[in-house]
Amino acid sequence: MDHAPVPSAPPAAGSGDGTVVLALEDVGKSFGAVAALRGAQLELRAGEAHALVGENGAGKSTLVKVLAGVHGPDTGRVLLDGQPVTLADPAAARAAGIAVIYQEPTLFPDLSVAENIFMGRQPLLSGRRIDRRGLAERCRALFERLGVALDPDRPARGLSIADQQMVEIAKALSFDARVLVMDEPTAALSGVEVERLFAVARSLRASGAAVLFISHRFDEVFDLCDRITVMRDGQWVSTDLARDLTVDQVVRRMVGREVSSLFPKTEVEPGEVVLEVRGLTRRGVFSDVSFDVRAGEIVALAGLVGAGRSEIVRAVFGIDPYDAGSVRVSGKALKKGDPAAAMAAGIALVPEDRRQQGLVMELSVERNATLTRRWELAKGGLLSSRTERAEAAEWSKRLQVKAGKLSDPVSTLSGGNQQKVVLAKWLSTEPTVLIVDEPTRGIDVGTKSEVHRLLSQLAAEGLAVVMVSSELPEVLGMADRVLVVSEGRLVDDIPRARADEDSVMLAATGQGSSIAEVAR
Amino acid sequence: MSAPLTEQPAAPLPEELAGPERSGRRGGALVQRLVVVRELGILAALVLLVVATVIANPRFLSGQNVRDLLLSAAILTVLAAGQTMVIITRNVDLSVGSVLGLSAYASGTLMVVAPGTPVVVVVLAGMAVGAVCGLLNGAIVAVAGVPSLVVTLGTLYAFRGLDSLWASSSDRLQINAADLPSGFKSLGGARLLGVPVLFLVAVVVVVLVGYYLRTFRSGRELYGIGSAPEAARLSGIPVGKRVLTAFVVNGALAGLAGVLYAARFQTLDTTAGTGQELFVVAAAVVGGVAIFGGSGSVYGAALGALLLTTIGTALPQLGLDPFWRDAAVGALILAAIALDRALQLRLAARLRGRSARR
Repeated sequence: MDHAPVPSAPPAAGSGDGTVVLALEDVGKSFGAVAALRGAQLELRAGEAHALVGENGAGKSTLVKVLAGVHGPDTGRVLLDGQPVTLADPAAARAAGIAVIYQEPTLFPDLSVAENIFMGRQPLLSGRRIDRRGLAERCRALFERLGVALDPDRPARGLSIADQQMVEIAKALSFDARVLVMDEPTAALSGVEVERLFAVARSLRASGAAVLFISHRFDEVFDLCDRITVMRDGQWVSTDLARDLTVDQVVRRMVGREVSSLFPKTEVEPGEVVLEVRGLTRRGVFSDVSFDVRAGEIVALAGLVGAGRSEIVRAVFGIDPYDAGSVRVSGKALKKGDPAAAMAAGIALVPEDRRQQGLVMELSVERNATLTRRWELAKGGLLSSRTERAEAAEWSKRLQVKAGKLSDPVSTLSGGNQQKVVLAKWLSTEPTVLIVDEPTRGIDVGTKSEVHRLLSQLAAEGLAVVMVSSELPEVLGMADRVLVVSEGRLVDDIPRARADEDSVMLAATGQGSSIAEVAR
Repeated sequence: MSAPLTEQPAAPLPEELAGPERSGRRGGALVQRLVVVRELGILAALVLLVVATVIANPRFLSGQNVRDLLLSAAILTVLAAGQTMVIITRNVDLSVGSVLGLSAYASGTLMVVAPGTPVVVVVLAGMAVGAVCGLLNGAIVAVAGVPSLVVTLGTLYAFRGLDSLWASSSDRLQINAADLPSGFKSLGGARLLGVPVLFLVAVVVVVLVGYYLRTFRSGRELYGIGSAPEAARLSGIPVGKRVLTAFVVNGALAGLAGVLYAARFQTLDTTAGTGQELFVVAAAVVGGVAIFGGSGSVYGAALGALLLTTIGTALPQLGLDPFWRDAAVGALILAAIALDRALQLRLAARLRGRSARR
């Protein structure tokens, strides 16, 4: 099957009028209570490059996994050549001619590059034996076409991310793909490599395959694609010819929400600078990040997932190392890579993933809430439950934690209340700078606004707040200033008055201030 | 897709853009060399041990002594070959000692009950008993998704318990040489060109498993599963089926080892093979099979088995108490792991250098 000619699709050469190869109809997929896809639809035509765009969490990756046979849809249908099909597992999706390049390369580190590409499809000699020489030759031929100088026999272990991605591309190219799905393949690639990838995508398209391209980089989307589908909150929004759309229109459809009044940030006159970050660089992750935060200010770090926001605050707090730059708290230089020093200097970090990083789920509410202060509360090296309880009771009252008993395990609380416990745990250290990473992820709307009110109140009391958030409405509602991070760089510093969804989104997607200026 | 693509000069990139360094070409050869180094290392240790022992006691290399050594190594080698298949998939089978015991007792009983049974049938029966045990292990691991360490720890006791129950409920707590047919007993001492037949059986098993793992798609998929289980799933490898197969084959080989045990020792009770499981895992690890799967060869594991067996017989010859054997085995495992780690770090550093661009 490896050498079979292309299925009989008209070589529409990107005109987008080919027959429909693959279609999703009204597809829904939920994980627990969270609906990742609700009535998603998509139509891929032969000889067409199709872009799928949407905000973080719009359901793009879930949709890719449905196409790849990883997730079965709860509702709706997948049609291949107009016939309903069940893509029960990745093997079935492959057999249907669907090749997927994932955002994260999925290689076998111990196996050779050639074996990675042809796993399960190795050329055979008589008696179903693998033809090793043929395998290396076919791999070499592929690499020549791609312009990649990699040894087919070397193991995949130790390849740079870009090289790994090229191996993934070679893999997708090597089999009879009628549909090529690329989930943000360019994130790790340099300009030359992106050009190579696009050359491959174009030649596939010219030979009648359908290409689905997922990206946050609009220049690439408009460069490569014939049609653009926009998704939001797991739902289909629109599908149009790329030439009929502008970047602004696409962004507006991606965001497409009213900024609600859920975010009651009170105006505070900012005080002294308490956090100074200068030239912070961690090679390959972020570079030359500088910003100040004043007492009473809420500063949001906005940007796409993977832009490096969490990594920046983790480095500031000392969890991750950095290569260059400095962090000063209240004028004093902070030792790098030392969270204990950061805590002593008055920084508190409420991490992104409260279940993994913020709480010990099996421990009681009171234990969790006092975990950061266990040394101060201890008398003669011993902690008494009474002290813990008194301390925890005070904070849970202030934050209105709704828990049955303080001795209940924290896992029994709702997401919002768990987040309050994490906040209590850090606020009890009486910080001067509070860093919150995705403070309301996975929290119901009611509790969300309570968390917002709390943050606002803390800022009014003079706390400096740094908030990493992927939710634009939250960023716009809460922040006095929005720092936009794109691909590891601070690209914009937008004051509250000028911050809106378009300006933040455009900066975040690397459209730079030039377009943002025009939009204004 | 390949056909139309070859017709057009897809991605005709300028040479200066297309080519990072050509030195990337030699990465494969480097790895090959390291694998050989790894196996030569065990061989060197083995030679060293033998030479030292011969110096201390020249009779160590006498015909009978070597034959005894090979006979003992045969059983461990067969077990190690099967265990390698399982470990490569990032699993482990701790029940093989008990499977050996059960199969040995089953084949012994078969010969007592039906003395005329041809040896081939006895061998097949022993392997069938082992395969059923492997099927049970594999099914729980692959279908229920329980970690193999826990599953086979459980079946280690369960199979041994079954063995004891069977022996005590029949009137044969022990099967002695006198109960076994002479045709079968002669197998234990049989030689071909001076080499014990049991050892030749082990060699054949190792070569077959080694050939399979290297030459067939499903063999390569076992490596893939152990190397990156999630990637294996995404690339459409039937992970459950392959893991199940590895356990069944390993079970069958443990069954075969049981029959070899019966032929060699000819006295069978319910303790046969007790404690062998960890010795087998040790042989594989010493032989360079990565305990987290994805790499290692059955030849290395076989060399590891030979080395561990040789240590057991050589130490007394060197004037050391046989109790030192366990300490020596332990030191060897630690040395092997340290060596693997060092080689891996070196390799990673050098490959990174090759992959670095511009």
